[in-house]
Amino acid sequence: MTQSRDVAAGRCTANVLAEAFSDLHAPLTDQQAYNEASRCFYCHDAPCLEACPTSIDIPGFIRRIATGNSTGAGKTILDSNIMGATCARVCPVEELCEEVCVRNTGDHKPVTIAQLQRHATDALFDAGMQPYTRAASTGKKVAVVGAGPAGMACAHRLARYGHDVVVYEAKAKSGGLNEYGLAAYKMPDNIAQREIDFILSVGGISIENGKALGSDVTLDQLRNDHDAVFLGLGLGAVNALGLDGEDVDAVEDAVDYISELRQADDLASVPVGRRVIVIGGGNTAVDAAVQAKRLGAEDVTLVYRRGPEQMGATGFEQDLAQTNGVVIRHWAKPVGIKGQNGSAVEMEFETTELGDDGRLTGTGQSFSITADQVFKAIGQAFDPSPLGGGDAPEVKGGRISVNEGRLTSLDNVYAGGDCVEGQDLTVSAVEDGKIAAESIHLKLSEGAS
Amino acid sequence: MADLSTNVGGIKSPNPFWLASAPPTDKEYNVVRAYKAGWGGVVWKTLGEDGPPVVNVSSRYGAVHIGEQRIFGLNNIELITDRPLDVNLREIKKVKKDWPDRALVVSLMVPCEEEAWIKILKEVEDTECDGIELNFGCPHGMSERGMGAAVGQVPEYVEMVTRWCKNHSNMPVLVKLTPNVTNILTPARAAKAGGGDGVSLINTVNSITSIDLDVMAPTPTVDGKGTHGGYCGPAVKPMALHMCAEIARDAETRGLPMSAIGGISNWRDAAEFIALGAGTTQVCTAAMHYGFKIVEDMIDGLSDWMDQKGYAKISDFQGLAVPNVTDWQKLNMNYEIVAEIEQAKCVKCGLCHIVCEDTSHQAISADRVKGERHYEVIDKECVGCNLCMHVCPENCITMRKVDNGKDYLNWTQDPRNPFSTAAE
Repeated sequence: MTQSRDVAAGRCTANVLAEAFSDLHAPLTDQQAYNEASRCFYCHDAPCLEACPTSIDIPGFIRRIATGNSTGAGKTILDSNIMGATCARVCPVEELCEEVCVRNTGDHKPVTIAQLQRHATDALFDAGMQPYTRAASTGKKVAVVGAGPAGMACAHRLARYGHDVVVYEAKAKSGGLNEYGLAAYKMPDNIAQREIDFILSVGGISIENGKALGSDVTLDQLRNDHDAVFLGLGLGAVNALGLDGEDVDAVEDAVDYISELRQADDLASVPVGRRVIVIGGGNTAVDAAVQAKRLGAEDVTLVYRRGPEQMGATGFEQDLAQTNGVVIRHWAKPVGIKGQNGSAVEMEFETTELGDDGRLTGTGQSFSITADQVFKAIGQAFDPSPLGGGDAPEVKGGRISVNEGRLTSLDNVYAGGDCVEGQDLTVSAVEDGKIAAESIHLKLSEGAS
Repeated sequence: MADLSTNVGGIKSPNPFWLASAPPTDKEYNVVRAYKAGWGGVVWKTLGEDGPPVVNVSSRYGAVHIGEQRIFGLNNIELITDRPLDVNLREIKKVKKDWPDRALVVSLMVPCEEEAWIKILKEVEDTECDGIELNFGCPHGMSERGMGAAVGQVPEYVEMVTRWCKNHSNMPVLVKLTPNVTNILTPARAAKAGGGDGVSLINTVNSITSIDLDVMAPTPTVDGKGTHGGYCGPAVKPMALHMCAEIARDAETRGLPMSAIGGISNWRDAAEFIALGAGTTQVCTAAMHYGFKIVEDMIDGLSDWMDQKGYAKISDFQGLAVPNVTDWQKLNMNYEIVAEIEQAKCVKCGLCHIVCEDTSHQAISADRVKGERHYEVIDKECVGCNLCMHVCPENCITMRKVDNGKDYLNWTQDPRNPFSTAAE
């Protein structure tokens, strides 16, 4: 039965690819933004503001758009969320601000907050405005590990307070998942790097790319050389299926594939299988599945062990997968992989159901799907190994433990983003970084008058 | 189908919907299109004397937009017709002949000289039009030449010219009033004293719609400069209603036929003016916004409403609201209402609370009930001002009458009034 793997680059012409990976949502025109902004009721005690992990003054910025003050709107957003441009593109707003918009009740259609947020942040970037200034240098030094949303949000706020920040980033480029982990059609026009450039332009932040914690620098060193350390390490490990044959070349981690795709200079050079399986139910699974389809895969099947309600991917993402021709099979879990390097694999799945005790159990029924490429997207895990060596912060439940101020068990080490307990969203990472920066600033200001 | 035919100052029309003297009535082409669409009458765009030319500039309109609502208010700096007098007169005569059942009124504006009026009256009467409307209102351009509002703001001139027109022609005369006066009754009384058969109001309101902050000049901007123009459209309707009401309830002008103008955009607006005594209504901005077709809804909307209310003809409800327009001191001090929020329809926007809290009487509480936002009227603090009802975007606040058992008592009778005339 062994078939050779059909994995090839250039399944679509450059024109088709350019279209397929262009902006998922076209930006609003000024008139569209004005019309949409006019729909906002400017609620008192607005539910949207409360639903935003970074507490953006949403009615405030939308009103500014309606009055033609889009740059002021952009600043209002960035005051609360320095990565407002990325969040406008990737936030699961249908489960956050837009879910609670009061216009869902009357009109059954929320104000499209994310699109307005993008309009405003684009306006500010396009105008080349720098609304922030850096306070006089305090002479205090802070190390930030990881140039992702948590780290950069923390760095920006600390830099504004006048502290000197050095960001240590293992990868060649900064931005973390914004740069490496999100679907390309959500982050076109190099927005992740534009945002990083904007953050750096306030001054006082230097980034050391290619410096990984654990190998190039140690936590002990950083603690010795700086007044405080912020850890925005993200999730360094990927969950495994735990099946024999998982190491064949047809089975890959979805995050690696997405990263490769995001970094490709030419999408026509990115190979994709003719028949693709994605295992998992989160946004990463959908990002992998939709991008595989848009690269030209013939059949893409997303298999998830539970039902649509339990999927981590939002309803919008699930719809996106399906309208892109991805077949979603719920209630099935992988139980076997047949194949070897260079061959297509036959993935065997067992259908599942909820037992009387509410636990997921196999039904004994199975089916198999042959694929040239299988993407695992069943979650990522925090990898504590880079912390080792000297004193390491306490890790509990697989994540670094922090208090409300994002202080770890070590007195001058703070942490935030996906490496701590929380929602694993860009927006929550930004909030962690923001809170940690406030805590660090408070700490560093002690004794100073 | 109710009978919509109407008569204002001796001018008959099959329905009360006329197009006002303005760009839409500038020539035969437009007027015929209007009649075909169903308009009951038109007032032909103002004719001037066959003398010094009238020349227009570009641009000519400024507008106020609110949210997605375009043209909430429109301002123009166009002058009276810039077409030759003889062409207009020829077309008017032809159109009237072709459309005998429709009202065709000709708007006029010539200098305040009796000879000038005598000359044009003869020429216009020859067209066999149904009547004339004296443009004493245009606030820009022509007023600088001593016409338009420059006449309308001087009651003696209003009376004098009106009398000339009555003396030198047999046509019904409507006097169009400018709102750019302190008291609309003064020119209205003058029009009546001069023998006018009715008044048309309001003409446009003196205005600057906006300042272009790049050019630093008023809009509409003509090569870097702007000037005041005449404001009209939905924004001016409240002012027009007030002025019509004043004329309708004034002892001297009561019963003077009125052709109402000012932001009339639909049948409901028209019905409101008729309820204040108007015999016909004139439309311009709404037609300039949407085209002539809007008259279809005006006709069947008014007719259906009249059928539902049991009004067989216009005069059945004409003026019915006039007795209820009164002075503040005649209002019932003992009438009490409080706001009531229909909780099931409330979307929790909190606007009612914040406007009451910040700007009014702190009479709507904001709480969280089991985590849910909850807004509630505090009856004892509510003064029944209606503000919350107006800001509620879901229309879920109503005003409930409080049965306080008190009889009617107005301010002139109220013991709290030091000048009260209440019986001891």
